[in-house]
Amino acid sequence: MLKYFLRRCISIIPVLLVVSILVFLFVHLLPGDPARIVAGPDADEATIQKVRIELGLDKSLPEQYLTYMGRLFRGDLGKSLRSKLPVAQEIALRYPPTLYLAAASMAWSILFGVFFGAYAAMHRGKWQDYTAMVVAVSGISMPQFWLGLLLIQLFAVHLGWFPVTGFTGKWKELVLPSLTLGATVAAIIARFTLSSFLDVLQEEYINTARAKGLVERVVMWKHAFRNALIPVVTMVGLQFGFLLGGSVVVETVFAWPGLGRYMIESVSVRDYPVLQALLLLYSFQFVAINLIVDMLYAVINPEIRYK
Amino acid sequence: MADKTVTPFLIFWHKFKRQKSALVAGIFILLLVLAAIFAPVIAPYDPYATDYSLAMMPPSKEHWAGTDVFGRDILSRILYGARISLAVGLSSVAIGAIVGVTLGLLSGFFGGFLDELIMRTSDVLFAFPGILLAIAVVAILGPGLVNVIFAVAIFSIPTFARIVRGNTLAIKESLYVRAARSMGASNSRIMFVHIMPGTLGGAIVYFTLRIGTSILTASSLSFLGLGAQPPTPEWGAMLAESRDYIGVADHLTIFPGIAIFLTVLAFNIFGDGLRAAFDPKIR
Repeated sequence: MLKYFLRRCISIIPVLLVVSILVFLFVHLLPGDPARIVAGPDADEATIQKVRIELGLDKSLPEQYLTYMGRLFRGDLGKSLRSKLPVAQEIALRYPPTLYLAAASMAWSILFGVFFGAYAAMHRGKWQDYTAMVVAVSGISMPQFWLGLLLIQLFAVHLGWFPVTGFTGKWKELVLPSLTLGATVAAIIARFTLSSFLDVLQEEYINTARAKGLVERVVMWKHAFRNALIPVVTMVGLQFGFLLGGSVVVETVFAWPGLGRYMIESVSVRDYPVLQALLLLYSFQFVAINLIVDMLYAVINPEIRYK
Repeated sequence: MADKTVTPFLIFWHKFKRQKSALVAGIFILLLVLAAIFAPVIAPYDPYATDYSLAMMPPSKEHWAGTDVFGRDILSRILYGARISLAVGLSSVAIGAIVGVTLGLLSGFFGGFLDELIMRTSDVLFAFPGILLAIAVVAILGPGLVNVIFAVAIFSIPTFARIVRGNTLAIKESLYVRAARSMGASNSRIMFVHIMPGTLGGAIVYFTLRIGTSILTASSLSFLGLGAQPPTPEWGAMLAESRDYIGVADHLTIFPGIAIFLTVLAFNIFGDGLRAAFDPKIR
């Protein structure tokens, strides 16, 4: 098992390396001269040249990459072009709200997703199954920004139960955004749980369990449910990365002071050090989640370990 | 039935038509395509014509879906918007599918270094959550619909590659492929004649489901101001314009949202129907 973990840890190194190169190159792929962008639209040639040397843009690409990586390992992500503050500091400020949002969304989408998925599987072919799945497919097809706008319209503007937008640390402010963000994931988890459940129900050991006279409830919860959850764990883990990414749209709708909205703002003002840092952060985060999910999967499913 | 040859298509059709909701979704998609093509004929008004005396009128007999801030007819804009959404959805998934299926076949068939390379690269692509990758691509290429197509296409590639690779690995070991090889069939013949058709079922299902997702992502990007720019009647962009009038003119938010929702829903239900029809476990 330890060997598998180690191998899996080593296998992500090339991925992280390629990601870092891509993110590094990102700046050079941008149209226009980065030095000119940094110096601002009114800068004269001398200033631009000064900025170019300051940023090391006059050196060769491999040299620049090494400098970039060196600074990265020291936790230096550069300075925001807009605020002139260190990017790391700007990100640290906006990380908690995004994390709260993702965690709240995850919590209730697992709750609803697994419950409705399992419920639909146990009532296969009956109205409960159809209703649950109609709701699920609707959840997947619902544009998050539209759902967000509708929830604001109904619960914030017309009924006044929740604040319209923003986040100052109150749980009430978390309700509408996390419902919006979690809807898609809840639907995906529900569908996945259903199909996983149905696969398990076709297994021989379910027949055996029934044949030996176990009550249907025991067959379902003890034999089917636990095994059906194995693939769901993987799914849920991967969805967490999706939630962190999906928050870009929801954060914009709800004026949420998190990373997602920061990213969109940075795109529109072309604050490229911020974009670079965010892309790096998001992808490292995603790779790390993948790794953890894989390890969890190995713990749950012995078949993987011995391969 | 007795004098009819049972072709794979007949089996497929027999299984597909039992799924009433998928059939309805298919008809909806067909109507939507027709509406998009004939938008200039059926749209009651010019989607760009402004009339400030009619700004933000609620739905009426003259304007079924009401008018927007500039007095433009929302129904006409939605009909024209169908052209944009369908074109963006279809073309981006088509690009992603062609690249992804080819890579997946090569990867699964040859294995070894090529497989490692393709799969690790798709891991990297996976490492950027879809919409973030799209935003990064748009940040490089600049906002606009064509760039959105590429941005959305790129992140369909890894999934197509994975699906096809997985199926290729399974089919590669099957008896009929071994039989073909023992008869001296060439690699490319085995790959494209014997293996590819078996992998396409999964790819086609994913293709249909992906159109829905792509339309959703593209309209999200437009909503964020990175895709279609005003005054283009794109559904996501229309919703972005409506944001400042929540509680004042609710119909601005409702109709473009319904358009996106129903379109994506139709593609998803249709895709699910295809999946069930292609599933050999279901008779």
